[in-house]
Amino acid sequence: MSAAAHNHAGHHHDDHSHDHHDDGPHSTFSGYMTGFILSIILTAIPFWLVMADVITNKKTAVLVLGAFAVVQIVVHMICFLHMNGKIEGGWTLLSTIFTIIFVAIGIAGTLWVMFHMNTNMMPQHVSPEAPPAQSAPATHTP
Amino acid sequence: MSSTSIHHHSSAAANAAREYHLAEEPHPENGTALGFWLYLMSDCLIFAALFATWGVLGTSYAAGPTGKELFDLPLVAINTAFLLLSSITFGFAMLQKQQNKLGGTLFWLAITGLFGLAFLGVELYEFSHFIHEGAGPTRSAFTSAFFTLVGTHGLHVTFGLIWLVVLMIQLSKHGINPANNRRLMCLSMFWHFLDVVWIGVFTFVYLMGAL
Repeated sequence: MSAAAHNHAGHHHDDHSHDHHDDGPHSTFSGYMTGFILSIILTAIPFWLVMADVITNKKTAVLVLGAFAVVQIVVHMICFLHMNGKIEGGWTLLSTIFTIIFVAIGIAGTLWVMFHMNTNMMPQHVSPEAPPAQSAPATHTP
Repeated sequence: MSSTSIHHHSSAAANAAREYHLAEEPHPENGTALGFWLYLMSDCLIFAALFATWGVLGTSYAAGPTGKELFDLPLVAINTAFLLLSSITFGFAMLQKQQNKLGGTLFWLAITGLFGLAFLGVELYEFSHFIHEGAGPTRSAFTSAFFTLVGTHGLHVTFGLIWLVVLMIQLSKHGINPANNRRLMCLSMFWHFLDVVWIGVFTFVYLMGAL
């Protein structure tokens, strides 16, 4: 795929050097089909895993499903969005890496903070003896 | 490279004014593509916030219906297929555009639009079904987070469809010219990006919600 794509891209630039700056990256049929077939496989397996109740352990299931999603996102990035390290002098890749870091910190950080807040701030953890302590004087004073 | 050119300058004409900047300034070849990509990345941050919200609130059912009870996975699978097919047909439109075939481009764009419309139709059916079952956006934190995240994605698809129709009119009026080329490239990125976001939605919302 890559060899054909490079040839094609080379021709393209020779033919009209400055007319079509905004054409975007060159697409190939094989590139799209590779992405499409991989996406079908990477979508069908997770749906099957859940619908057929293949994995019983919930934590394992979450990890496996997440892994499939990450792989499919990378496939889409390369085959459909034509990502590589060279386009735009690498700035596209750089901004994407920045976004991935930002997204990872945002989502993982939020879940981490909120999970700990939930477990630490549940009413029974805050002050387990509080309600009896309040009612206790009422019964003893008279 | 810069040092050799400076040497060349100085040796060739010692009296000529020296130039102290690089002969070739680094600049992106295609400003629109990078700029539009940065917009998509900012969109990505919006979805990250909504996914984080979903992660926090997605199990707060408030004694209401849970994801396992509500989600109809075969329907979601069909919807995923619609969006995936619309991605590949948009790819075919781009390939037709590269060969300067206006008719073929318009044909595949129309097919893409139909798949997008089918996706939205199924999503709206699902929403109305949930609301009918008493699981509207106000039922619990879980349904609020669900409708916000999935609805925002659906809204993006809606605007993508409007853009698609407008671009088809532009194409049929003015043909494949540099301006329309650039617009097609941007919409192509937008459309594939929405498919990428949907991978997150069907995995983290539907599949993990139905576990």
